[in-house]
Amino acid sequence: MDTPLHALPAFALGPVEVTWPVVTTWGIMAGLTLTVMVLRPRLALRPSRAQAVLELLVTTLDGEITATVPGNPARFRALIGTLLVFVLCANWSSLIPGVEPPTAHLETDAALALLVFVSSIFWGIRARGLGGWLASFAHPSWVMIPLNLVEQITRHFSLMIRLFGNVMSGVFVIGIALTLAGLLVPVPLMALDMLTGAVQAYIFATLALVFIGSSVSEDDAPPPPAKETPHD
Amino acid sequence: MTDLVQIVSVFSAAMAVGLGALGPARGEGRSVAAALDAIARQPEAAGTISRTLFVGLAMIETTAIYCLVIALLLLFANPFVQ
Repeated sequence: MDTPLHALPAFALGPVEVTWPVVTTWGIMAGLTLTVMVLRPRLALRPSRAQAVLELLVTTLDGEITATVPGNPARFRALIGTLLVFVLCANWSSLIPGVEPPTAHLETDAALALLVFVSSIFWGIRARGLGGWLASFAHPSWVMIPLNLVEQITRHFSLMIRLFGNVMSGVFVIGIALTLAGLLVPVPLMALDMLTGAVQAYIFATLALVFIGSSVSEDDAPPPPAKETPHD
Repeated sequence: MTDLVQIVSVFSAAMAVGLGALGPARGEGRSVAAALDAIARQPEAAGTISRTLFVGLAMIETTAIYCLVIALLLLFANPFVQ
């Protein structure tokens, strides 16, 4: 049955069925990698047009990261930037006829949210040590431990559901409009879908950064040892 | 029996999306109004305010998305319909 909750198999690799979202995901990954491999040897001190666009993207990203998590933005640039670019390309891939965005299926979003979940734990342990990270669950008082534990799960769950719901509903609405009316009626809806896709990619990257940043932030870490005042 | 379950499921899906859109719509309207008010008072803080606004809107919107997911489950993956 063709429902938004079920992905259609593209081909079978032995006993394993490979679904269309997986094929589209690998297509996007190959496209992005090829673009970077073509552009990278051409980096110059006097930037070309494509290099200027990439540098603008990286500079804006660095600004956003520094505004959310103070410190060196290069720590998070690779992860957050890749998430942003990938989700954006995946959301906009519905503009290619016959392609359904992989983010409109729950599995892709679950994988992305799981990535953010694991990396927030990784950065939290790396920034505070295992004991400090565990102690951060009891931060205001020990009463908050169950709530903090539940929050860790639910906020990443809602990260998954939010991306899935927005992208899938966009695709769904365009499909309904296409079955009801003719050729040009879905075009404004597709423009709206492009806007939604861009906003959702931005929100996904920002929320991933906020979640990782909140596990890294130093505001509830023990204060650094006070310097001894010289006797005089 | 299954017919009745299907009828109730379709009706509840429509109710879930319709009623579930009311609260988030009001909440998002209030937060956007407050953000516009803040930007009008302090235009130099527009960047910070709009970034916080986007994150907050995403959080509010999640409740509506939950309703949408419930409606989809009722329509396409209903456990009470074989």
